[in-house]
Amino acid sequence: MLTLTSPVRTPLDRLPASAKLAALAAGTVLLFWLTSPWALALALAGVVGLHLPWGRPFAAHAARMLRPLWPFVVVVAGWHLWTGEIASGTAILLRMVTAVAAANLVTMTTRLSDMLAVFEWLALPLSPLLPPRRLALAFALVIRFVPTLSERMDRILEAWRARSPRRPGWRVVVPLTLAALDDADHAAEALRARGGAG
Amino acid sequence: MERSLTHIALFAALIAILGLVPQISLASGVPITAQSLGIMLCGTVLGARRGALAVLLFLALVAAGLPLLSGGRGGLGVFAGPTVGFLIGFPIAAFVAGWIVERTTLPVGFAATAAAVIGGIAVLYAFGIPGMALVLKKSLGEAALLTGAYLPGDAIKAVLAGLVTQSIARMRPGSLLSRA
Repeated sequence: MLTLTSPVRTPLDRLPASAKLAALAAGTVLLFWLTSPWALALALAGVVGLHLPWGRPFAAHAARMLRPLWPFVVVVAGWHLWTGEIASGTAILLRMVTAVAAANLVTMTTRLSDMLAVFEWLALPLSPLLPPRRLALAFALVIRFVPTLSERMDRILEAWRARSPRRPGWRVVVPLTLAALDDADHAAEALRARGGAG
Repeated sequence: MERSLTHIALFAALIAILGLVPQISLASGVPITAQSLGIMLCGTVLGARRGALAVLLFLALVAAGLPLLSGGRGGLGVFAGPTVGFLIGFPIAAFVAGWIVERTTLPVGFAATAAAVIGGIAVLYAFGIPGMALVLKKSLGEAALLTGAYLPGDAIKAVLAGLVTQSIARMRPGSLLSRA
């Protein structure tokens, strides 16, 4: 399965994931404190500046990850043009795009395994309730079963198309859910046979 | 123990698959993703605690950088965007839906539909609307207007969650952990 990490290696990749996450958290809090469009524009310029030195494919990847925001940009822009509160509308849009772009930048420059390692470290205080080994196993199981279950879904859709001229409807969700339940039972048996989940 | 863990993991994967498959047209040919159906099913099939944990596991992997949200979205950016309230509401929605199925003695189909409406719509929007209001700096009423676009699809999905849960109850009564 492809992750959202950029295949383009940058110097940012070498920074520890925990440091990047801490910086992102601090930066996002700061963004929500800023209200002046000029300060926010400066923040956006800073985030954009962190994208540019790594070449066109990297910047294009970042732009693609921002695409789901456009309906909100259109709605907010239209709203504020209509009410005439241009400055506040600009601030809202700049803040939103900057916060999302900064967060995406951390995702693009951090490997999945490094990020999961930070999550496991953050969950350590919960270890009496949630043993770290079990959490790691849960992550691994989902990563393993997303492609498996996706393949199952393709088989179910093919079976539907072989029998019906109509488009697959909601009914395919039932066999898919059954597949998930059965796979869960089989995986549980397999885990028990190999010494349990610890 | 193992059974609990694998059910949580498999349902986290199920939420992802339901978001990745855009070609299911749930009603009238309008392709809407079934991701929130997955959230509802986590609650109604697995029950409150396991359902919420499955959703949390799914969100952790999304935050870690897997593009598992509908439309191939993912990464930390989605937690800074306008729909962050819905993401925070997801595990709570699954918990409430599961709790309702566990605690009522109604027939499974009715209980699951009611649970999906209360958990998957009322509770979810109670988080989604303030989240959108905060990010877009709008009043709650204005944000509610914006989220209204999702409402018809979610209403259909709540009914489907009831139907799917009822089918599961018939075919694998032992696997319906919310009523086990």
